[in-house]
Amino acid sequence: MTLAAPTAKPPRRLPEPAAPRVREFVTPEGVDLRLRIADAAERAAAYVLDVVFINATLLVLLIAAAGAIAAFHGKGAGEVAYVIFNLVSFLISNAYFIVLELSPRAATFGKRIMGIRVVARDGGRLTSEAIFIRNAMREIELAMPFRLWLAAAVGGGGATVWWLLLVVLAWVGVFLFFPLFNRDRLRVGDFVAGTWVVKAPRDRLSIDLLDAVESGRAAFAFTPEQTGAYGVKELHVLEDVLRRKDRQTLAAVAQRIRAKILWREIPGETDTAFLAAYYGALRARLENQLLFGRRRKDKFDVG
Amino acid sequence: MKELQLKSQRFRAEREWDWRRLDGLLRRVEGGSASSLSDEELLAIPVLYRSALSSLSVARATSLDHSLVDYLEGLSTRAYFFVYGARASLRERVARFFVDTWPSAVRRLWRETLFAAVIGLVASVVGYLLVAHDSSWFDGLMGGMAEGRDPAATTESLRATIYPTLSADDALSAFASMLFTHNAEVTLGAFALGFAFGAPTLFLLVQNFLSLGALLALFASRGLGFQMGGWLFIHGTSELFAIILGSAAGFRIGWSVAFPGDRTRLEAAAAAGRSSAAVMGGVIVMLAVAGLLEGFARQLIQVDWERYAIGGTVLVLWLVYFYWPRPSRRLA
Repeated sequence: MTLAAPTAKPPRRLPEPAAPRVREFVTPEGVDLRLRIADAAERAAAYVLDVVFINATLLVLLIAAAGAIAAFHGKGAGEVAYVIFNLVSFLISNAYFIVLELSPRAATFGKRIMGIRVVARDGGRLTSEAIFIRNAMREIELAMPFRLWLAAAVGGGGATVWWLLLVVLAWVGVFLFFPLFNRDRLRVGDFVAGTWVVKAPRDRLSIDLLDAVESGRAAFAFTPEQTGAYGVKELHVLEDVLRRKDRQTLAAVAQRIRAKILWREIPGETDTAFLAAYYGALRARLENQLLFGRRRKDKFDVG
Repeated sequence: MKELQLKSQRFRAEREWDWRRLDGLLRRVEGGSASSLSDEELLAIPVLYRSALSSLSVARATSLDHSLVDYLEGLSTRAYFFVYGARASLRERVARFFVDTWPSAVRRLWRETLFAAVIGLVASVVGYLLVAHDSSWFDGLMGGMAEGRDPAATTESLRATIYPTLSADDALSAFASMLFTHNAEVTLGAFALGFAFGAPTLFLLVQNFLSLGALLALFASRGLGFQMGGWLFIHGTSELFAIILGSAAGFRIGWSVAFPGDRTRLEAAAAAGRSSAAVMGGVIVMLAVAGLLEGFARQLIQVDWERYAIGGTVLVLWLVYFYWPRPSRRLA
């Protein structure tokens, strides 16, 4: 068997099952939970969502306050509306992150949508101090420089204001891209607080693919050579393909497997039925090997 | 009933019910309704959690169903954070913060607090002396924050700033809320900038107290020193105390960055940041109090000794709250 040249790979890259940013996280019971660090893109998306939520709320409040002032005409009502708006907006923009991350899910609404959460790096409890400081640091990382610059710009200063803006952008840039330059994707606030942000998927238990295809299996009979063509890695790719049910991918993968195992097509067999049956046979063989202590990594693992 | 061919299929069929039960309970807890769980259900979670963990170990060793292993990892992780995480409700956490966490964090910073207070005192004396000798220092020290209180102003207009005449449309509460949000942001900055060896913290602290001294000197030169003192004292005892505490927290961080001891600089900074974060959370509360006093009490109360009395009382309350010896409430 020769190693496949790069050109021999399938035209569309199939999803790789191995996650690159897995961290060991051993519970007191001695089981490694293998936490996965959230991607920078997920973090950014969650933050953008949070900012949108906060500002949408503030906008609604502002409209309500303006409406209250217009409705009552009186100075007193206007003042009350202004105070409420000022305090509530301070509360919302500062307490939003802290209160939501103190909740049992330890995630803001943006993080919940992205399926990520905050975790103490040492595996212990997430203390309120840690939550406070990781969010107070965000103020320094992003908000405060702009506010200072705005104050300078309003105060007037001509050309220097634009130089100041460059300084501010450099400052924000350093903090903004900080997560990309360490392997755990830590923000400065995470670093100080001793936290990190990991994936916390709340997937429903999906069906076992074997149950789904039980019926039509009998028609397919694979020889040991045919089921011995692949390893665990390929099995997981096949599982992903079957779960995704993308017709083109199914056809392409079925074609490649048929060619590889020299399959003689049964009249009328569909790609899905063939793949499902092959998945069942391959998994049965590999799990059987597993019980005898041999885990075949991938198709090149023939030792 | 279908015949289950593989061991991994049988394994799943036997345990699936437990996983789904744990999943359902966790969903309710995460939805914020932990109190709606019965005692029996609460006690079931740790048991189900351990069985999920053992399922995970078995699945990793024997099952090649990728999505099943993923599901169990996610389920075990969620259960882990419930079983070993802090289970106090938000209200309990807030209560514990005020009863124990905040005052004891402030007490642990006493050395830095003393240092910051001395620096502040020296800076205000220097500011006073500079302006008393040469009033042209005033503009430089105040840096555009004087709002009409400058050496060129008449004594009468200065007196007017100390005793504002109240008219019906004065937006006192608006003023108070604005003062608070502004001060809170400045103090948070002084704290976080401690990471640069505490130098920016020192700068902010000195600048604040220099302008305080300058302001006092200007009013004293017109014979309004005592009255100005009352104007500052009523809210200043809270606000300046808050600034001193914020700076103390910043110094603690700066100190540990400069002299990390056995740890790396980053580790030392992180540890100091965590330990002084509680102080900062409380400082925001102090500033809210100061904002209320400044916005309402100062404008409404025009008698000097009453201003001093209120400011002094608040200061004593803060000192007793922070430093009065009390039995340790630290729970394991």
